[in-house]
Amino acid sequence: MPIGLAAALFTSMLFGSENLVKFSDESLRIRYQTLITELRCPKCQNQNLADSNAPISQDLREEIQRMLEQQMSNREIKQHLTSRYSDFILYRPDVNKTTYLLWGSPLAILMIGLLIAVRLNRRNRIHAGSLDKTEVDQESRIAEILKSGEDDK
Amino acid sequence: MTVELGHIALIFALCLAVIQAIVPMIGSFSGHTNWMRVGHSMAAGQFVFVALSFACLTTAFIQDDFSVAYVANNSNTLLPLQFKISAVWGAHEGSLLLWALILSGWSTAVALCSGKLPLVLSARVLSVLGAISVGFALFLLLTSNPFERILPIPPVEGGDLNPLLQDFGLIVHPPMLYMGYVGFSVPFAFAIAALIGGQFDSAWARWSRPWINVAWVFLTIGISLGSWWAYYELGWGGWWFWDPVENASFMPWLAGTALMHSISATEKRGVFRSWTLLLAILTFSLSLLGTFLVRSGVLTSVHAFASDPERGIFILIFLSIVVGGSLLLFALRGPTMRSATSYSGWSRETMLLINNVFLVSSMAMILIGTLYPLLADVLDMGKISVGPPYFNFFFVPLMSGLMVCLGFAGFTRWKSTEGRFLLRKGLVPSIVSLIMALTLPMVMVEKLSWSTYSLTAVVILLLVFWVVTMSLEDLWLKSRGKLSSLSGLSGSYWGMLIAHIGLAVCALGVGLSTAYDVQKDLRMAPGDSTDLGGYQFQFIDVERVEGPNFIAYRGNVEVRSGDVFVVSLSPEKRSYKSGGQVMTEADIDGQLNRDLYVSLGEPLGDQAWAIRFQVKPFVRCIWLGGLLIGLGGLLAALDKRYRRRRLKKSVNVKSEGLAFE
Amino acid sequence: MNRLALFLPLALFAVLTIVLLLGLDKDPAELPSALVGEPFPAFTLPSLYDANRSLDERNIAGEVVLVNVWATWCFACRIEHVMLNQLAEQGVKVIGLNYKDNREAAIDWLKERGDPYVFSIFDEQGRLGIDLGVYGAPETYLLDAMGTIRHRRVGVVDDRVWDSEFRDLYAQLMADKR
Repeated sequence: MPIGLAAALFTSMLFGSENLVKFSDESLRIRYQTLITELRCPKCQNQNLADSNAPISQDLREEIQRMLEQQMSNREIKQHLTSRYSDFILYRPDVNKTTYLLWGSPLAILMIGLLIAVRLNRRNRIHAGSLDKTEVDQESRIAEILKSGEDDK
Repeated sequence: MTVELGHIALIFALCLAVIQAIVPMIGSFSGHTNWMRVGHSMAAGQFVFVALSFACLTTAFIQDDFSVAYVANNSNTLLPLQFKISAVWGAHEGSLLLWALILSGWSTAVALCSGKLPLVLSARVLSVLGAISVGFALFLLLTSNPFERILPIPPVEGGDLNPLLQDFGLIVHPPMLYMGYVGFSVPFAFAIAALIGGQFDSAWARWSRPWINVAWVFLTIGISLGSWWAYYELGWGGWWFWDPVENASFMPWLAGTALMHSISATEKRGVFRSWTLLLAILTFSLSLLGTFLVRSGVLTSVHAFASDPERGIFILIFLSIVVGGSLLLFALRGPTMRSATSYSGWSRETMLLINNVFLVSSMAMILIGTLYPLLADVLDMGKISVGPPYFNFFFVPLMSGLMVCLGFAGFTRWKSTEGRFLLRKGLVPSIVSLIMALTLPMVMVEKLSWSTYSLTAVVILLLVFWVVTMSLEDLWLKSRGKLSSLSGLSGSYWGMLIAHIGLAVCALGVGLSTAYDVQKDLRMAPGDSTDLGGYQFQFIDVERVEGPNFIAYRGNVEVRSGDVFVVSLSPEKRSYKSGGQVMTEADIDGQLNRDLYVSLGEPLGDQAWAIRFQVKPFVRCIWLGGLLIGLGGLLAALDKRYRRRRLKKSVNVKSEGLAFE
Repeated sequence: MNRLALFLPLALFAVLTIVLLLGLDKDPAELPSALVGEPFPAFTLPSLYDANRSLDERNIAGEVVLVNVWATWCFACRIEHVMLNQLAEQGVKVIGLNYKDNREAAIDWLKERGDPYVFSIFDEQGRLGIDLGVYGAPETYLLDAMGTIRHRRVGVVDDRVWDSEFRDLYAQLMADKR
């Protein structure tokens, strides 16, 4: 395979072609790309700024480019936009009192799940020795049911 | 006339469904064998009538009968024939009819394959399926009738099928997906029948397993196809957006995967009985919830159907009856007795349980993320968005945890497995994977430096090699190193092995295409060229071409690698004649190890164009992995043991007394 | 296992159903303004009629006004224009924000359809639009005499919308001013 995938980002050998979005410093481009994929187009159905062709997305991309050139941090840029377009445009919702449940519950569910798994396991281990007699071989039980059907025909 | 015939056929189907829902159920309690048998013929009859209805609608599309509102809105005389046919399910009403058709198809399949089942059970299963059919038929007839006419003056020409949908993807993706969604109604019906009968031993698990596998295969393939379709059709090279509609199909898949695993423990060992029952209910409930989300307009999505609150209310009522009713039944009659069998340590039971924890946590996370904006809105906490950054944040670690456990799958034994045994087996694979994961990212890049050495790639390669080497080690041990003994391994073992390797292949595609994806948005004048990912892309020119129902600008881009000519790509910008919609048709050169993806943007004057170039390493593995997963499921479903001891005729009531009631 | 535990899925589902039911009434596409209760953003832009005349936020403050975002490319603005003319006749002060438009076309439009605006701000680049959080035309903002944004409407303002969303608030703001 022709190798040089990530490297190509940094060695831009351009012959005549030029970047549509220009930056004074190429490291801004990576931040730009991240920002426009994590911000939502306010007008569209459900698209980020990077994928949307809506005029408002074009404007917001330019606004982000301008702010990046002004050396604003990602946090400042997001703040600037949410103060105008509300938290709606953040695809990565801030952690605040509205979203504690959102950010907390997946971890909580996983923990509860693992806890139950461990508890079931432990309870079973205690009984493991004593229950052998009552244990029913499920395979033979099914066979029994199926067989009884056959016999009755 | 055909249109009215279709409408009447649908009404007939509804009537049969009502009989199918009521009569066998009563019979199963009163003990009337004849009543119980009614469900079988009703299911077949219902299938015939829904198929007739579907054929009538298809005919209306082929004949460009624009007096039918649904045809007029979604077709056009210029539309090529294959898209006229697939346009039948291109919008809400028709896709719902497809849903009903598939549901009656599955019911008929159950009726035909029920020979080996006790009659009481098959009667109840068919009754539950009939009740679901009644809901969908009513939904169609009352709120979403595809046969509605525009009278007295029908339009001369139709609107058009959304250009995004004028694609091979529409022909195959929805039928596959619906086969999966609807297929889960069968294990659902089995679970309900088991709850009604109060019989939770392994029999119901054994009977519903092949149905789960088959439905799951369809859903897997359907989701893979959908992702592939979005990738090449939407024109910006993404393949999964965590859009509500995608989540709606992914949640039943996760629950269904959990069900597949948990039911194997229920069948073999009689454990997790209430959990498995709950999963069977949950999986189909999530399919129904997906329908609600997609068609009610409560969430915004790129792919949602035109929505209508009236339909939303209808589905919500239907949803609460079906899901609420079955959960109530579960709460009242579900098994509370702990199973008599026991297991300990790192037994297969424990590992399956952990697998379920990861899968169900992922599913719950997606459910919460998808519905949270709605919840926030309802509680007046403002509008918020939950998007890919959130889902990836949780999903990636959850799946990584799952893959770590998955490596041990083949080695675990029922009842108990020594932890030390697993550790010993894991020793060589973990060393091999670690070496591969650390070294491969060094040779994947041209110039090695700290900034090009991808940690994402290290982690993903570690997991992928772990799963693959563990699976192969297990295969080696099981076959004792002899090729001849490979054929002796069971279908379900091969199925598991291939599905697990498929998951690894899919993860490889996801991980490497994320880690090494490169992209440039450039202004290109004819003759300009650019370097990307080791390829030189040269923009030749743009020409105007004419398609059957669109005109397009077609770009010519030649790709070389060093001095070697690789491929000529022609991305298009299409303008559709009927609606004037503009569509970006990317052109892709796909190989197993990389895709070259070029899409044409806007003209910028002086014959220059905005063009997006992307090189996506191993992106194809995502869908290849999906297909392997599906193949694995298929092999497991075809396992011989589901077919042995089949009974030729259904048994009489007396014998079922033993198994049921 | 406890029988009560088996009721847990049912309870969760009941909560879900209630959320979905309430959600049916909500429009997911409608965005709230982050600026309600905030002062109108600072700007310096030319007037539509006179490129040399510079306008800023002080030209807006001091009166209860509507600020209407419009453009000639916006189809719904045609429908809304009639209503704006009526409001202007009733004495409501309406200020236009001509958004990402062509100056000549916009002036012709006002000549043809009547000009309800006290003056129109010419925002060719859409910069003030971004500061306001505009995501489509038409949009209408109600400002109090202090220059604070009190209400925002995305989409056409017609009789029904005026009666339900604006009329009372407008009357109250006018009363407060006195």
